[in-house]
Amino acid sequence: MQPENSAEDWPDQIYGLLKDHGIRQVALVPDAGHSRLIKRCLADNDIKVVTLTTEEEGIGMLFGAWLGGEKGVLLMQSSGVGNCINMLSVAIAHRTPLPMIVTMRGDYGEFNPFQVPMGNATQTVLEAMGTLVKRADTPEDIAPTVNATLRMAYNSYRPTATLIGQRVIGAKTFGK
Amino acid sequence: MAQMNTKIETGATGKLLRRTVVAALLEDRAGMLCIAGLGAPAWDITAAGDCPENLPLWGGMGGAAMMGLGLALAQPERKVLVITGDGEMLMGIGSLATIAVQHPKNLSIVVLDNEHYGETGMQETHTHHGVDLAAMAKGAGIGDCRLVKTPAEVLALRSAIHAGAGPIFAQVKIDEQTLPLVLPPREASILQARMREAIMGKAAHLQ
Ligand SMILES: Cc1ncc(C[n+]2csc(CCOP(=O)(O)OP(=O)(O)O)c2C)c(N)n1
Repeated sequence: MQPENSAEDWPDQIYGLLKDHGIRQVALVPDAGHSRLIKRCLADNDIKVVTLTTEEEGIGMLFGAWLGGEKGVLLMQSSGVGNCINMLSVAIAHRTPLPMIVTMRGDYGEFNPFQVPMGNATQTVLEAMGTLVKRADTPEDIAPTVNATLRMAYNSYRPTATLIGQRVIGAKTFGK
Repeated sequence: MAQMNTKIETGATGKLLRRTVVAALLEDRAGMLCIAGLGAPAWDITAAGDCPENLPLWGGMGGAAMMGLGLALAQPERKVLVITGDGEMLMGIGSLATIAVQHPKNLSIVVLDNEHYGETGMQETHTHHGVDLAAMAKGAGIGDCRLVKTPAEVLALRSAIHAGAGPIFAQVKIDEQTLPLVLPPREASILQARMREAIMGKAAHLQ
């Protein structure tokens, strides 16, 4: 099913929210689901986009950003959450606001078996590490959920995450 | 250069003594912010004098250099110094590539290389077997990469760090002797809040 035209704008809506919340640092390991948002951030001179070698670098980086008074967000796919687990203790111990926007793989009609174990565990693992997790499974839900994730991070000084379901992004089928 | 109080010393092995290196790097620091990797480097910066501009880590192994990057990007007018161990740096070695690409002029990373995991019982790290961290940093694209073995080289490193001609990476070969603990506060929310206040004043708590 094709999403509605307006609903398809959700990456632009997320970009708008990053601006509203004064986000200045965007740390990421690319995911196809984030490509439009990444392009918007790269085109913005007030946002520092930092590509990471592994997602856990982003946890450290956003802690450093907050030490220096800048707000940031971490963009990644669900497999990257697994790379962050121990580093999340940095945000918990210091009480650092740490919003994450996670595009889900291994979640709904997944084609690649390697994505399924981490996709299935993403929410559980984040919650086990003290993160407030909200899911968005329709395009209309994404902007309000991301808004809540940003607000909860900066209002309650902790890691928070929006998981964007694979039903919204679509399953990658490798031509099959 | 003005006279320094710290005398940079070497031990019985002829290698640099870590606390004298750290004290020298931090003397007359002019507001320089310092993040120290978990274990001995955190005790070292505390021995040099605990203050709000110090962020000694109690965990987050592999993350110290990236924390320095986030801070350096947020505060481009402030110098940021990351002091960490060889084991901690090896765990986050990819971050050298991330940092090189960002090219933060105000960031320096100093690895106190005792060639061991000191905190966990002195097991050998890869640097004991010839892994060359300075060459890895060079390969990542960090322009100023140094291997430091003598007091004169520490002084030169100190001048470069204080001049803000970064990014700088230094692998400082140090004596492996284990020193008495000098513990910083352990409540990490205080460590975070006090550094934020040192940078932004009371407004930090209203952000
Ligand atoms: C993720 C993780 N793995 C392992 C440890 C255990 N650990 C604590 S300190 C340390 C060694 C640190 O060695 P190094 O950075 O070389 O510092 P040194 O004490 O030798 O100066 C290790 C392995 C840990 N805290 N976290």
